[in-house]
Amino acid sequence: MTGTRPTTIVACPDGPILVRGDARLVDEDGKPVERRRATIALCRCGASAIRPFCDGTHKAIGFSAP
Amino acid sequence: MKLPHPRGSLSHAVIDLLSSPVATSNQPRLADEASTAVGATSDIVTDDDLQIALYVMYELSYRGFDGVDDDWEWDPELLRARRVLEDAFEAAVRSRVQVPTDVAPERAAVATTLFAMTAPTPGPSVARYVAKRATREQLDELLVLRSIYQLKEADPHTWAIPRLTGGPKAALVEIQADEYGGGDPERMHCELFARTMRGAGLDAEYGAYVERIPAITLATLNLMSLFGLHRRLRGATAGHLAAFEMTSSLPNRLYGDGFRRHGFDEGTTEYFDEHVEADAVHEQIAGRDLAGALAQQEPELCEDILFGAAACLYLDDLGGEHTLSAWTAGRSALRGIA
Repeated sequence: MTGTRPTTIVACPDGPILVRGDARLVDEDGKPVERRRATIALCRCGASAIRPFCDGTHKAIGFSAP
Repeated sequence: MKLPHPRGSLSHAVIDLLSSPVATSNQPRLADEASTAVGATSDIVTDDDLQIALYVMYELSYRGFDGVDDDWEWDPELLRARRVLEDAFEAAVRSRVQVPTDVAPERAAVATTLFAMTAPTPGPSVARYVAKRATREQLDELLVLRSIYQLKEADPHTWAIPRLTGGPKAALVEIQADEYGGGDPERMHCELFARTMRGAGLDAEYGAYVERIPAITLATLNLMSLFGLHRRLRGATAGHLAAFEMTSSLPNRLYGDGFRRHGFDEGTTEYFDEHVEADAVHEQIAGRDLAGALAQQEPELCEDILFGAAACLYLDDLGGEHTLSAWTAGRSALRGIA
């Protein structure tokens, strides 16, 4: 490996926010949120049952990204 | 794993053949037998004899069978017979699925089409049944039915990696690396599934329940192997994976609920909980960066990408109907064995 891949953040159309690369997730108190995979999807619709991660619920509620 | 038992004349011939060493065998008629069997079947998709025969042929390319010569994988006569089954199977599936037409071979258009094809629908489903009603025995049946694929989860799609280039290849690797636990054997999805099986008191050994797997469930796995083993069908593999991932997060939540309802612990439900989170990531990558980008990179594959997705949904629906109709009638969804 030559260096760390730069962090990228992608807002998926009407879907979650995909985060790749080195990014530390913390909750509102600054406590770390465990991250178990290299690429994570963050909830954008607010309806996920596993926030801050996406669980696909945006599709069931017909979420439309602003 | 052990060679399964035959379910009819063709699988009998295949299994007999594999029981002898390649060099000493003389079976120039296996392809003819396959043609006869294909001509005689009323439905190859649900034909026990033909699906187990195809499953056995494909398994030679995965992990093989105890006491079977590994060289059978590339035996010309066996491959000729496999081709006969594959052609008939592919033709049957192609004739029955509706593939969206007039979709522009562009990333966004293909991703949007795939998400539309896989949009959640109300109504009965195996996942909803499991969440609310399944008995303890039906949970076992769910795990047994799924074990035929889940104990080699991700492997059939991995065949496509060397057939892709650039962005679509990177996307497939990104998904598969996560499927394989990101380098941690304990986090491999097939291992998580094995843990769930053991948590339910089932045998998690690869192939342990093959005799109990009905033809339609074998067909869902054979479809993936068909797509994965043919470079020609790399588009179908991409579309299949996209549809598979897109129909996974929400049902896995419900499967987990069913196991929690019966008092199973986190170790047992982890497989399902992991898939809720993982597949919400994978569906985005599979829809846009894999399938969508592949259509843009190789526009002639666009139709096969959508076919692969439609075929995945078609066979999953058939398998789901089989399971639900058995369960709601108070019957086992597994294949009976004498």
